[in-house]
Amino acid sequence: MQDLQSLTDQALELVEQADGLAALDQVRVDYLGKKGQLTALLKGLGKLSAEERPAAGAKINEAKQQVQEKINARRNELEQAAINAKLAEETIDVTLPGRGEEQGNAHPVTRTMRRIEELFVRLGFSVEEGPEIEDDYHNFEALNIPAHHPARAMHDTFYIDPSTVLRTHTSPVQIRTMEKAAPPIRIICPGRVYRCDSDVTHSPMFHQVEGLVVDKGVSFAHLKGCVDQFLKAFFEADVPVRFRPSYFPFTEPSAEVDIQCTACGGEGCRVCSGTGWLEVMGCGMVHPNVFASCNIDSETYSGFAFGMGVERLAMLRYGVNDLRLFFDNDLRFLKQF
Amino acid sequence: MKFSNSWLREWVNPQLTAQELADQITMAGLEVDGVEKVAGEFSGVVVGEILAAEQHPDADKLRVCKVAGHPDGEMQVVCGAPNARVGIKIPFALVGAMLPGDFKIKKAKLRGVESFGMLCAQTELELGEDSDGIWELPEDAPTGEDLRKYLQLDDETIEVDLTPNRSDCLGIAGIAREVGVLNRCAVSGPEIAPVAQQIDDSLPVSLMAEEACPRYVGRVIRNIDITATTPMWMQERLRRSGLRSIDPVVDVTNYVLLELGQPMHAFDLQKLKGGIKVRLAEQGEELTLLDGQEVKLQAGTLLITDEEKPLAMAGIMGGLDSSVTESTRDIFLESAFFSPLAIAGKARSYGLHTDSSHRFERGVDYRLQEKAVERATQLLLDIVGGEPGPVHLRELSEVMPAERHITLRRARVEQGLGVALGDDEIVDILTRLGLEKIEQNADGWTFLVPSFRFDIAIEADLLEELARVYGYNRIPSESFTAALDIVPQQESEIAQDALEQTLLARGYNEAITFSFIDSDSAALFDPKAEPVALQNPISAELAVMRTSLIPGLCKSLQYNLNRQQNRVRLFETGLRFVPPGNSERELKQEPMVAGLIYGNRFAENWTGGKDLVDFFDIKADIEALLAHCSAEDEFRFEAGEHSALHPGQCARILRGDVEVGVVGALHPQLQKKLDLPKAAFVFELSLEALGQARLPAFRPLSRFPEVRRDLALLIDADVPAASMVETAVEAAGETLTDLKVFDVYQGKGIDFNRKSVAMGLTFQHPSRTLNDDEINAAVDAVVGKLEQKYNASLR
Repeated sequence: MQDLQSLTDQALELVEQADGLAALDQVRVDYLGKKGQLTALLKGLGKLSAEERPAAGAKINEAKQQVQEKINARRNELEQAAINAKLAEETIDVTLPGRGEEQGNAHPVTRTMRRIEELFVRLGFSVEEGPEIEDDYHNFEALNIPAHHPARAMHDTFYIDPSTVLRTHTSPVQIRTMEKAAPPIRIICPGRVYRCDSDVTHSPMFHQVEGLVVDKGVSFAHLKGCVDQFLKAFFEADVPVRFRPSYFPFTEPSAEVDIQCTACGGEGCRVCSGTGWLEVMGCGMVHPNVFASCNIDSETYSGFAFGMGVERLAMLRYGVNDLRLFFDNDLRFLKQF
Repeated sequence: MKFSNSWLREWVNPQLTAQELADQITMAGLEVDGVEKVAGEFSGVVVGEILAAEQHPDADKLRVCKVAGHPDGEMQVVCGAPNARVGIKIPFALVGAMLPGDFKIKKAKLRGVESFGMLCAQTELELGEDSDGIWELPEDAPTGEDLRKYLQLDDETIEVDLTPNRSDCLGIAGIAREVGVLNRCAVSGPEIAPVAQQIDDSLPVSLMAEEACPRYVGRVIRNIDITATTPMWMQERLRRSGLRSIDPVVDVTNYVLLELGQPMHAFDLQKLKGGIKVRLAEQGEELTLLDGQEVKLQAGTLLITDEEKPLAMAGIMGGLDSSVTESTRDIFLESAFFSPLAIAGKARSYGLHTDSSHRFERGVDYRLQEKAVERATQLLLDIVGGEPGPVHLRELSEVMPAERHITLRRARVEQGLGVALGDDEIVDILTRLGLEKIEQNADGWTFLVPSFRFDIAIEADLLEELARVYGYNRIPSESFTAALDIVPQQESEIAQDALEQTLLARGYNEAITFSFIDSDSAALFDPKAEPVALQNPISAELAVMRTSLIPGLCKSLQYNLNRQQNRVRLFETGLRFVPPGNSERELKQEPMVAGLIYGNRFAENWTGGKDLVDFFDIKADIEALLAHCSAEDEFRFEAGEHSALHPGQCARILRGDVEVGVVGALHPQLQKKLDLPKAAFVFELSLEALGQARLPAFRPLSRFPEVRRDLALLIDADVPAASMVETAVEAAGETLTDLKVFDVYQGKGIDFNRKSVAMGLTFQHPSRTLNDDEINAAVDAVVGKLEQKYNASLR
């Protein structure tokens, strides 16, 4: 049995030294395989007496098991090491940027228009659009601005021909809507408008959003409430709002709306020309003549309309300091929004 | 309208500073643009008189003057002004005076001669525009008096930006009336009493243009002294309203215009032949205007003529030949009412805009004419003397503006404004505004509108007046309420925002370009179209309406390339304007979405990938847009032609049989013209074609295995893949569930006019497992059909 002990020790030693799964398997074959050295000892049991045989057999099997366990343990070790090596090899720099397309950005004017639309659509306003090449009737006549009215001089109109213009405001959409729909009407009309004027603070093309509410019992107080709530919601601030009497041929009474300067809080600064107030929109109660041109009875219905310049609101909201940036489409500008 | 605060205070004087007054009238609808001091900050300047002026011994251009005005007596002052001469009165800055810009006057020595003070020009005191020499004050200026006191310089100019409806405030009297209403205080102007006639002369006036001029007041004044100078107080008031002093007669008419709002004109009586006729011009009549401009008159222009010739463009500008000059002795004063409709737009059509036309086209009080003539006569007699004739009024009462009566219903006030005003308050506000209550009943009142308010015609106008004077900001703010109706909403409608979000997610930034472009670009991109042109473009760069959004995107691309942005992905949505032409009878304003990609396929990244974008990159973006419609089978891409695009890399996009868009590489020639180093790819799609999606319709999922067979076929190179696929799908039968082209090869090992196309066909049956025979039969059918139709062969 001296043989068994030394063979076992030999096998265990080799298992310990095996540096790979192949070497380990070789040890198994050499000692535990069919022709293995420990297996061979079992074959020698026949020479022993019947009394000796069970004990000797048990010893050999015990040795075999001991070696097998050692092999299993060593295999686990080697496999774990291989996995660890593989994991180490697969380690990456997770701080590098991801692969794929960058997200683009909506134009600040679109962003602002959508925000305005959203605030009103939630109230049940619908979004209406209209043509940009517009006839004189819808742009002026139906809005109570007859030919040669001095108010036309305020508009610096682009003409296509004497009776066709680039719309100077989004107000013709009011008319087009009232012509086809009966009250109650609640619409918001975003879009491009055109004025023949170009300098640091005027662009020949810009954007307006117009709103119109026509229903029974709509009053100037409702107009004030709507405009005031809108401006506070838009600027996400309890910004003071004031209404100044003004003049638009298509509303009566008419008002300009100022908010307290968002840059200086009303102290007076360069942004507000020292007045502490910023003019942000015009509004008023729909003029009975406008209702008449759309066959809406102004004895039964009343309404209010308001209109605002989108670029102006975007400039105030995001601090853009130059109107012209909106139409240069400089990627360094667009990517900021 | 610009006016002096102190002038206004002569009419109405509430306890308010100039700034408070400006804020108050702004909040009442007369928007004040600015309040400015009438003179620079200075002190220590008095009225001086030059008693002696001698040549400086050592300087050609300097004079040594002896000047009176200093409390201590005569002072020696060295002065460089060419008009420094004995006898004139001038602003004299004493030693110790402070001039604008913190400039202190000290005793000085000029070329060896001592000088005690300085004689000033207008500009040095910020008191006017004149910098030619020292300012010559009137002879009667009191020597030694402080200049600020003498000229009443502690005053402000207030500039009001009046809306076109408020013509009644285009004069001091009107502003004063408004201020009086707002402050509930008395308004009183200078006393204007009739000036008795001293002679009988008058001119016959015939009003031949009826409604255009129903009222005309004339007055002859003889033997005036035109050489008299306009008094300093009047010059100063004119200056503070932005008008220059011309001569006493013009100054007086301008003064009355500013004071009362009535434009007037003075003719040289000697130049008139016979009586005055007010009539419409005939086409081609000629008139030389006061400013020297010779105009050919348009038919219908309202004229003032005599027996022989046009004298003036009525209400707009006088003529040169009949104007008052240095030799005028007798004048004829005109104070008329020209109806707004007769003047509106006329001045502009001659490129003119005058203080007179500005007022007439907005409306001048049609009862003001006699008062204005009396006021002018009174002022003229004070300044230039003369003998006035009678005030001669011609009026066509039947064509005069009708008196307006407006009924105001008490209930409408609260309904319209959302606030209840007391009866007393309503009547009080309107009465103070000059309306006259002529009737009252249980429901409300009827008011007579004063002749100076052209903007008050209906009940709503009265509501505005009430709201304005009551205060817009005192009216409550209320939420309006409405029924919460759920309205039908089409699920199939695709929101434009969703399409935009798709492009944004694919790396596009949104651009907004002008809807008008230069005609060269328009022609470059769309040579066949004749774009809609503007009659009055801002510039040639912005002259025609775009027929495509692509030129604008290309311009933005250039702009960015010039700023070192080398990878550009832009899209824009908006209208294109397709002019009427062969296919269209009417102008079409079509909403489009257009995109442009340029430069590297991927943004610069450590992972490499320096490939440039190509056709299939932009096509994938379009396919992503089309996917919103859930109707892939309705859309097709076909090789197409477009003058701006590469002939071999251009596709028409069709939905059904309708062309809805185009995609391709910019034509290499165009690319070169635009100076683009690399190829740019563009698309343009009709948003209307993308408006409707197909609603999802569920199809049961098969529980049986799918089988895939791959085929590689050789086929003529010019057969479009889409045609092959279409044929294959048709031939494969109903069990084909998917077909993908997974490889296309042309080149070595294949005939030069052939290509190899590899397709993967997936088969599946909804209710059983397909057997090999069935699949082989389907594959054979595909191969057979492709062989037969396109001469294809298995590779």
